[in-house]
Amino acid sequence: MDTESQYSGYSYKSGHSRSSRKHRDRRDRHRSKSRDGSRGDKSVTIQAPGEPLLDNESTRGDERDDNWGETTTVVTGTSEHSISHDDLTRIAKDMEDSVPLDCSRHLGVAAGATLALLSFLTPLAFLLLPPLLWREELEPCGTACEGLFISVAFKLLILLLGSWALFLRRPKASLPRVFVLRALLMVLVFLLVVSYWLFYGVRILDARERSYQGVVQFAVSLVDALLFVHYLAVVLLELRQLQPQFTLKVVRSTDGASRFYNVGHLSIQRVAVWILEKYYHDFPVYNPALLNLPKSVLAKKVSGFKVYSLGEENSTNNSTGQSRAVIAAAARRRDNSHNEYYYEEAEHERRVRKRRARLVVAVEEAFTHIKRLQEEEQKNPREVMDPREAAQAIFASMARAMQKYLRTTKQQPYHSMESILQHLEFCITHDMTPKAFLERYLAAGPTIQYHKERWLAKQWTLVSEEPVTSGLKDGIVFLLKRHDFSLVVSTKKVPFFKLSEEFVDPKSHKFVMRLQSETSV
Amino acid sequence: MLLQGHQLRDGCVQPGQQRVEIHKLRQGENLILGFSIGGGIDQDPSQNPFSEDKTDKGIYVTRVSEGGPAEIAGLQIGDKIMQVNGWDMTMVTHDQARKRLTKRSEEVVRLLVTRQSLQKAVQQSMLS
Repeated sequence: MDTESQYSGYSYKSGHSRSSRKHRDRRDRHRSKSRDGSRGDKSVTIQAPGEPLLDNESTRGDERDDNWGETTTVVTGTSEHSISHDDLTRIAKDMEDSVPLDCSRHLGVAAGATLALLSFLTPLAFLLLPPLLWREELEPCGTACEGLFISVAFKLLILLLGSWALFLRRPKASLPRVFVLRALLMVLVFLLVVSYWLFYGVRILDARERSYQGVVQFAVSLVDALLFVHYLAVVLLELRQLQPQFTLKVVRSTDGASRFYNVGHLSIQRVAVWILEKYYHDFPVYNPALLNLPKSVLAKKVSGFKVYSLGEENSTNNSTGQSRAVIAAAARRRDNSHNEYYYEEAEHERRVRKRRARLVVAVEEAFTHIKRLQEEEQKNPREVMDPREAAQAIFASMARAMQKYLRTTKQQPYHSMESILQHLEFCITHDMTPKAFLERYLAAGPTIQYHKERWLAKQWTLVSEEPVTSGLKDGIVFLLKRHDFSLVVSTKKVPFFKLSEEFVDPKSHKFVMRLQSETSV
Repeated sequence: MLLQGHQLRDGCVQPGQQRVEIHKLRQGENLILGFSIGGGIDQDPSQNPFSEDKTDKGIYVTRVSEGGPAEIAGLQIGDKIMQVNGWDMTMVTHDQARKRLTKRSEEVVRLLVTRQSLQKAVQQSMLS
């Protein structure tokens, strides 16, 4: 009876917080859009494209059968001050679904594509228009002029290949603000093409220039200029960021997992995307079940003092004195919770090791039951199995040990029975040893190893005090937020190294024995 | 003639030091004293088991043979030899020390030695 009423209270609370969170988020988004170029905390969102938006159903992992090793499992209740992890993920997916489709991103891509097409077709137009419009007055094209045709053709081909290599890529992320360098390049190309057209229109079309060689040389100069702009694009977009200038420390706020990276000159939003790419394969997966101190340790930490104030209003002026006395008394009381924590940790460690030993033995034994069929052997076709059947055949003997181990290390949400079977089939197909099969379960791997739909988050929020298009500087700190944890990034400049030289003559290496003689007299 | 080494002629003994007079024993052709020395400015001071300060390059008594003249005279193992017949032994090489001790012309050597137990006794008496 008690638990029923409590549970209904939780669902009301989570629903309430979900709707209020939605409203708060919408207000934040509008506020950040209207605030343009002002200082202060900026909260903008980065959205990784490419994957379809999820529906609610795929996040519900409860329908998964966790009971494949034992008969019953009991779902323990949540504590008073937190909602369960499944509720959190449900709220988050709701928020992600409500993001409107990003038209500005597609607009940018379309503008770039038209500009590229225009600049590519312009030299061809320059070459083709005079013969079309005033063929009779045009001087015939001599040898040098025809040689320039070949040069135009090859340069255009090189430009095409270079643009394909550099620009035609699946975009990695949608950035919150405009990508400054790319916009700069597009403006430059636009100005270049427009100025060339202006000149062409006024001096060649209007004046009906008769020397075709001059026109061809003009077209060649445009292609050269476009190739140089492409070189500039390579340098600005790809090369400048390669030489390391800053060291970044990325710390996950919930459990302190940290890494150091070296980057070159980039703007803050591009650095954020780069860090997210590294995060997915460097950081161990975020496991909220591993965060809290065991309850037995924390429960003892309530303060045992209650202060009752009897009397009139003149007792209020010594209320601060009373609270200070309570704090001092609580501090003087001997706190033994560290002791319990230590023993709890040691016990847990021992339990994990025992389960792990059982698991390793069970898997080793299971793998001895099957072997690969050699070509020469003749076997009854009923006995021959494909990898999936072989996996299913040996899975039963290790299932219980596996499930117990995953439960002890709190990893069971990450591995469903189906995923374990698939991995087992994979290992059997590629002739892996039991140790290789277990590598995935004995250590928490990076996030990208686990099922994409559940753990690969697409929506990240970049929180920064500096404008996100400004470049990295020494001492900048910014946050990459998810709904349940955030990555804190701090920047430090790579020091300037003063390298000096010392010449060592190879013949100068000489040694003597250490003497400790004893003489009798 | 260049005077090598340092001949000291002071008569007073500082606290923590002791005078030991050894009469050499004749064994065949040699005059022996009955102890072994280690140390010297050309040796490695960190290997000295008897010195308190491991950078001390002085001459130390590493072994005293039983019943020999040194034991009779009261020389103990671990003693640091400061002077031999007035010649300073704190800044000599191992070979110079050996030569000073084994001069054929001298039958008696008077050593000025210091040892840790003596030093400690002096410190205690100074404190009290």
